[in-house]
Amino acid sequence: MRPELIKEVKYVPYSGNMAAAEAMRQINPDVVAAYPITPQTELMQFFADFVANGLVDTEYIPVESEHSAMSACVGAAAAGSRAMTATAGPGLAYMWEVLGIASGMRLPIVMTVVNRALSAPINIHGDQSDMMGARDQGWIQIFSENAEEQYDNLIQAIKIAEDERTRLPVMVGMDGFVISHAIERVRLLPDRAVEEFIGELKPMYPLLDVDNPVTHGPVAMTDSYMEFKRQQREAMMNAYKVIREVGEAFEEAFGRKYEHIETYKTDDADYILIIIGSTAGTAKYVIDKVREEKGIKVGLIKIRTYRPFPYYDVMDAIEASNCKAVGVFDRAETFGAVGGPLYSDIATAMYLRNKHYPIVSFIYGLGGRDTNVHHIEEAIDKVMQAAAGKEVPFINYLNLNE
Amino acid sequence: MIEIRWHARGGQGAVTASKILASAVIEEGKYAQSNPDYGAERSGAPLRAYNRVSEKPITLHCMVINPDIVIVVDPTLLKTVPFLEGTDENAILIINTDKSPQEVREKYGIKGRKIYTVDATKIAMEELKRPLMNVPMLGALVKVLGGLVDIKTVEEDIKRAFGKKISENALNANIRALHRAYEEVRSE
Repeated sequence: MRPELIKEVKYVPYSGNMAAAEAMRQINPDVVAAYPITPQTELMQFFADFVANGLVDTEYIPVESEHSAMSACVGAAAAGSRAMTATAGPGLAYMWEVLGIASGMRLPIVMTVVNRALSAPINIHGDQSDMMGARDQGWIQIFSENAEEQYDNLIQAIKIAEDERTRLPVMVGMDGFVISHAIERVRLLPDRAVEEFIGELKPMYPLLDVDNPVTHGPVAMTDSYMEFKRQQREAMMNAYKVIREVGEAFEEAFGRKYEHIETYKTDDADYILIIIGSTAGTAKYVIDKVREEKGIKVGLIKIRTYRPFPYYDVMDAIEASNCKAVGVFDRAETFGAVGGPLYSDIATAMYLRNKHYPIVSFIYGLGGRDTNVHHIEEAIDKVMQAAAGKEVPFINYLNLNE
Repeated sequence: MIEIRWHARGGQGAVTASKILASAVIEEGKYAQSNPDYGAERSGAPLRAYNRVSEKPITLHCMVINPDIVIVVDPTLLKTVPFLEGTDENAILIINTDKSPQEVREKYGIKGRKIYTVDATKIAMEELKRPLMNVPMLGALVKVLGGLVDIKTVEEDIKRAFGKKISENALNANIRALHRAYEEVRSE
């Protein structure tokens, strides 16, 4: 029996990587296969320490690449075990082929992605291009604002992935360095409470059940491939409901609320910013500041669940406000399209409701470029101009030297 | 909320000191962040590290650009990096030097701002026998923060951070260096 380290709720000074490793220790996965890449490396170092010190029962497999890391997780999960890993930026890109195998085989693998820029030029810093690039590979995608959310989201991700209605892999992203390497206050839950919350994995069609032999990852040609994909869409639609239920269960057990989106002061807002990840936190500060100093009513919608995309939640929040225009923040580029990936999703959300609000697109923080109070104030100014009917460029870059 | 910027050189332990400060503040039930400015972590190269400390939750996830307190760990940086960048006249400067605050003010033509000095290099050489000025500078900072964080909590955190990595003698030397700088830091 592995030792119980945390017996009651406690508040600790942790980095995002430490928080994610601690969640993995408490989850105690059967198999972890990983390959180091900055800024994920120290997460796996912390976890390898737990393995070496006998604090988890995990079979830890250091592999030779991310492609192999995900392949090992696929094998382990298909065999009927709880498998986890973590990666970042180019590592996720190298995993891309196997991401689709994990989701296509409906394996409940859970992975931290420390969001990092893709090459070239080479850059190790925070950027969400990695997860946006993997958007259509069939994984549930959740983004955390800070270290504590990464911890809470990872715990919830196990339950979301393993629910019989979903059976899909989940990736949980946090911004590289500014979250992964920065120390913040994090609330840790007791070991036993986490164990109880996630429960035991109920294997579905495990390869090791030799009495009931099954085939995993078979060939499916023109006669049946499309039906598999149709079922994946169904599972992803179910995930929308499951993520909400798990969030509610988490709130009931531990008192912190998790929904598909988090709204901040949107009720009376004239202008709404829509942001994913750590910069949503900076925006909260700026919103308080401009409300107090200038009386400008700005609100925030933070996207927590990115896939399945919470179209209705976003529109409910916008329509319940006094919104005159929105600013959509993308920490990833879509070259040759209008705005970034989030812009397209917000435009779709409006279309689905037959509503039209002016949207101003902001590209920010690529390769770790700082996005501070002044840049968000600048963005708010542009959103106000758009609301007033003035011409504003479709795409605006924050803190760009030009 | 108080925002702090550290100026040091790679290898002088400023990032560690910034982490210890954040840990101590958090352990006292308050809020803090410690964020190194990664990318230039070469031994001897100038680097910056940041802290935010507050009685309330901190949601900012960006660099500190207008620090309330600037700490210069390595006196040779006074000539080479813009340590006043982003500060206003109310800012506090804590500088490692053998000079008095008035001498520093005159030499670098600093207007306004409150200047504290401490000879952290001397303390480090006498106590640690090595030019590791991070812990003495942390001691000076704790004094300047005026009760926001208890020196005893910081001491406990140093023991936790260094305890397993260095000898008991070296650990005790660090604790002495912390307290000496806490006592010896001078203002105008």
